[in-house]
Amino acid sequence: MPDTAHFEFLLRLGDSCLVLGHRLSEWCGHAPELEEDIALANVALDLTGQADMLLAEAARFEGKGRDADALAFLRDAGDFRNLLICERPNGDFAHTIMRQFLFDAWQVELYGALAASSDKALAGIAGKAVKEAEYHLRHSGEWVVRLGDGTPESHSRAQDALDLLWPYTGEMFEADETVAALVAARIAPDPAALQSAWTRTVDDVLAEATLAKPPSGWMQTGGLTGRHSEALGHMLAVMQVLPRSHPGAKW
Amino acid sequence: MYTQGLDQRAPEGAAKAADDAAALVAFQARIDAEEKIEPNDWMPQGYRRTLVRQISQHAHSEIVGMLPEGNWITRAPSLRRKMILLAKVQDEGGHGLYLYSAAETLGVPRAEMVEQLLAGKAKYSSIFNYPTLTWADIGAIGWLVDGAAIMNQVPLCRCSYGPYARAMIRICREESFHQRQGYELMLKLAQGTSGQKRMAQDALNRWWWPSLMMFGPSDKESIHSSQNMAWKIKRVSNDDLRQKFIDVTVPQGHFLGLTFPDPELRLDEASGHWLHGPIDWTEFNRILAGDGPCNRERMAARRKAHADGAWVREAAAAHAAKRANRQRAKAAE
Repeated sequence: MPDTAHFEFLLRLGDSCLVLGHRLSEWCGHAPELEEDIALANVALDLTGQADMLLAEAARFEGKGRDADALAFLRDAGDFRNLLICERPNGDFAHTIMRQFLFDAWQVELYGALAASSDKALAGIAGKAVKEAEYHLRHSGEWVVRLGDGTPESHSRAQDALDLLWPYTGEMFEADETVAALVAARIAPDPAALQSAWTRTVDDVLAEATLAKPPSGWMQTGGLTGRHSEALGHMLAVMQVLPRSHPGAKW
Repeated sequence: MYTQGLDQRAPEGAAKAADDAAALVAFQARIDAEEKIEPNDWMPQGYRRTLVRQISQHAHSEIVGMLPEGNWITRAPSLRRKMILLAKVQDEGGHGLYLYSAAETLGVPRAEMVEQLLAGKAKYSSIFNYPTLTWADIGAIGWLVDGAAIMNQVPLCRCSYGPYARAMIRICREESFHQRQGYELMLKLAQGTSGQKRMAQDALNRWWWPSLMMFGPSDKESIHSSQNMAWKIKRVSNDDLRQKFIDVTVPQGHFLGLTFPDPELRLDEASGHWLHGPIDWTEFNRILAGDGPCNRERMAARRKAHADGAWVREAAAAHAAKRANRQRAKAAE
C-alpha cells in the first residue's frame, strides 16, 4: 500500500470536513433561530475537529514535514481534494440543510465502515466521528422533513435545493485507482456498498419530506482530482488570509 | 458577555406604590436574610421589571456579541484557533438561551424580548458597537471584554433572583475559560513577529477604554444603584468593580510587554491600586444613544437574520402543526 494513495485518501476525507465546516461557520450569528445558530456552529466545530485529525494523519503519510495547519492554510485550490458539494456556497437555509443532509447521510456510512479499517489510527478517528455524524444526520434529516413538509414556500425552496445539489452526489461514490488501492488493502470501504445504504437513508427522508428525488443523470466531478468550482478559490482567499500574509508566524 | 447601564433607569414610583406595604417589608426581609427569590414567589413590580430589563439586556448582549467575533471565524489562522473561536461563539449563543429562559420565568416570552431588541427599544452592551479590525481583537475581546464581564458577573452569581443567579454560575465558568483563551492568544501575538506585536498593541489601544466603560458610569453619577443594591440585584458598585478589573489587568498587560493607552495610569503605592486617567463618558453616552461605529450594522445584521429566517420558523411551526393533527387523527381512529 503506497503512502501516496493513503495520503491522497486522507486528504479527501479531511478536506471535505474542512471545507464544509468552513461553509457552516459562515452562518454564525446569522441563522434563522438562536437554536440553529448554536447547532450549525456545533456541526462546524465537529467537522473542523475531524479535519484537524484527518489532515494530521495525511501529513504523517506525506512525510514532508508539513502539519495539518500547513495543509489547511498553505495549499492552493488545485491541491484541495474535497467533494465539490462541500464547497457549494451556503445559499438559503434550505440549501445549507440539504447539502448537509446529503453529506451527513454519506459520512455516517463512510465512517461506520472506516471504523473497521485496517488502518488503526483512521479506524479510531472514524469510530469517534461516526457518533458525531449520526447526530448531524439526525439534525439535518429532521430539518429536511420540516422544510419539505412545512409550508408551500419551504417545500419549494427545499425542492430547489435538492435539484441543484443532486448532481454533486455522484462524486461521493466515485472509484479511482486511489480508492481501489485502499479497498484492496482493507483500509477503505467499497464505494458501491456505501451507495446502496446512502440511497436508502436519502429515499426514506425525502419520502417523509414529500420531496421528489431528481432523476439520476449527469453528475459533477473533479473535486477528488483538484478540479474545483469557482467558489473554492474565494473561500480559501478568506480562510487563508492570515497565514499567507504573515509567513512563518505562529498563532 | 455582559450588559451595562443596568442602573440607568429607576423602577417606576407609581407601580411600586401599588404593592402592599407589608408584603414589601416581608420581601425585603427575605432578601436581607439572603434567601433566593423564585419565579412563583411574590415580588414587587419594580423588582420584576428591573430584572426583566437586566436579564434580557444581558441576553441581547450575548446575541449581538456573536457578530463582532463571528467576523473572524472564517479567518481564524489555525485549525485550533478556529475551533476555539467557534466553541466560544457557540457558548455565547448558549448564554443567550439560558438568559432568555431565566427572563421568561418572570413572565415575558422570548419572542417579545427579541422583538424589543429588533425594534431598537432594548439595549445591549455598547462594547459590541466597536468593530473587530484585526485578529488581535479576538484576543483583546477575550482578555479584556470577557475579563470585565467576569468582574461584573461573579457578584451576579449571588443575585437575589434564583434563576438568574444559577444561570450566572454556569456562564461565569465559561467566561473565565474564554478570558484565559483570549489572554493566551494575546501572549502568542506578543511573542510573535513584529507585525503580530503591532497588531496586539493596536488592539489594546482600541479596546482598553471601552472595556473600562463596560462597568457603567461612576458611582457619583449613578443615582439608581441604591435600590438595586438593597434588592441584591446589584452587589458591588461600578467604581469598585472597575478598580478591581484595572488592578488585575494592568500587570497582565505589562507581562505581555504592551503599553496601556493612558498616560496617567500609575500605581498608587499607598493604596496598592492602579489609578487611571479620566474616562471619556461623552463617547460612552454617544454610543449608548446609537451613534457608535457599528450600532447600525449590528442591528441591521440581527434584523436581516430574523427576516431571512421567517420562512424557516413558519415552516417549522407548520410542520409541527401537521404532525400534531396527524397524531390526533391517528388517535381518533
